Amino acid sequence: MTNEKTRASEEQIAYAGVLNIGMWFGLFLLIVTFIVYISGALPSFVAIEDLPKYWGMRVHDFNAQLHAPTGWGWAAHVGQGDYLNFVGVAILSGLTIVCYLVILPILIRKKDRAYVVIAIAEVLVLSLAASGLLKSGGH
Amino acid sequence: MVRHYSKIVIFMLIIVIAVIPAGVAFASPDAQSALVEHSASAAAGAHASTTPWWVWPLALFLTTFILGILAVLGGVGGGVLFVPIVGGFFPFNIDFVRGAGLLVALAGALAAGPGLLKRNLASLRLAIPVALIASSAAIVGAMIGLALKPNTVNTLLGATILFIVAIMATAKKSDFPVVPKPDALSQSLGIMGIYREESLGKDVEWSVHKTPQGLLLFIVIGVMAGMFGLGAGWANVPVLNLLMGAPLKISVATSKFLLSITDTSAAWVYLNQGAVLPMIVVPSLVGIMLGSIVGVKILARAKPKAIKWMVIGLLLFAGLRSLLKGLEIWK
Repeated sequence: MTNEKTRASEEQIAYAGVLNIGMWFGLFLLIVTFIVYISGALPSFVAIEDLPKYWGMRVHDFNAQLHAPTGWGWAAHVGQGDYLNFVGVAILSGLTIVCYLVILPILIRKKDRAYVVIAIAEVLVLSLAASGLLKSGGH
Repeated sequence: MVRHYSKIVIFMLIIVIAVIPAGVAFASPDAQSALVEHSASAAAGAHASTTPWWVWPLALFLTTFILGILAVLGGVGGGVLFVPIVGGFFPFNIDFVRGAGLLVALAGALAAGPGLLKRNLASLRLAIPVALIASSAAIVGAMIGLALKPNTVNTLLGATILFIVAIMATAKKSDFPVVPKPDALSQSLGIMGIYREESLGKDVEWSVHKTPQGLLLFIVIGVMAGMFGLGAGWANVPVLNLLMGAPLKISVATSKFLLSITDTSAAWVYLNQGAVLPMIVVPSLVGIMLGSIVGVKILARAKPKAIKWMVIGLLLFAGLRSLLKGLEIWK
């Protein structure tokens, strides 16, 4: 039994709605693209039967040996079965940014200034992470 | 009270601005090339296995299906079981296992988030400030984690898992912690709420205290989540519940939702570094999710205490395996 006091806030309901749609869409896409990948309907950047030679490598060695794309470089390879799966992964990973952008106007309308600033900061942090600008070294 | 909000926001932004460059500096390619010698992992991965390729994704699917059941019955997130077990017993490099672990935890959190938010059990008001700190720290953790040598990662992961075992075995939980007086920060941010407690048939009002201490701990939690690819529910819940004083249901639900934000930032770092292999991610994700569905059905008939100790035993074994693998005692 939900009454007025215990009801979720407007921004919370809006966030949940976008999250729900985006999550199912991303998950569906991920599973469909994986079926396309293992069916061999599209050529793969790394042939599936060769993958066991490489999945034990560190990611930096994997990238160096196969000249694999980093950052958003995968987007140029979505015609290949393995990188096609990244579309679903990117949707699931990008969903939170969209949710924040959806609730921002509500927070602004409510003049909830502290949360407006925090939400904008979160969008910037997640966008920085998504940008591919942050590089990690290592061997 | 409202006058304080600018100070609060500035305080939080300072943490974010200070934490990210520190991690970037530590984990940058230049810094690491000066610190780290070339690993032998290329050689390790260069020899081909005679096992057909499809055996591993199938084994991964079956393993994660069982982990999904155990995670629900044991009350833990899938990620915390996934990384040490798959990292310890499968031929995949720990870099790819952590990338998959983050996406497994992320998918679970995204799936649970809408229902928890709509039922007002996960609090957006509590999650948003905490998430800013934790997700910034998770980026740093991910960058550090990808820059460390596999043996170092396995050793630290093993130690962390053993620490989690100790927390799970000893930590107490409080359904309705007493918050004598909400702190100024939580009051200024309006972190409070009311939810319907069906088991009591009444509405429960809640607020939190010790918010600055909690936010500082979320820096550590975020770094560890990003570094090891673990969901951080094991740490989120005690901090929200025992330290900050949120009711247990609010803590568990907000923690689960929080992972969808914290793990997002770290997942992007792994994705952009190429540490995501669909052949590992998708069977794991589907296996864990299907296992969770079955786990929920079994939950009604299971003996939770016995299963909790089984999960603790499993984590203890996986933690020791990671630690000994990292120390090159059990290769």
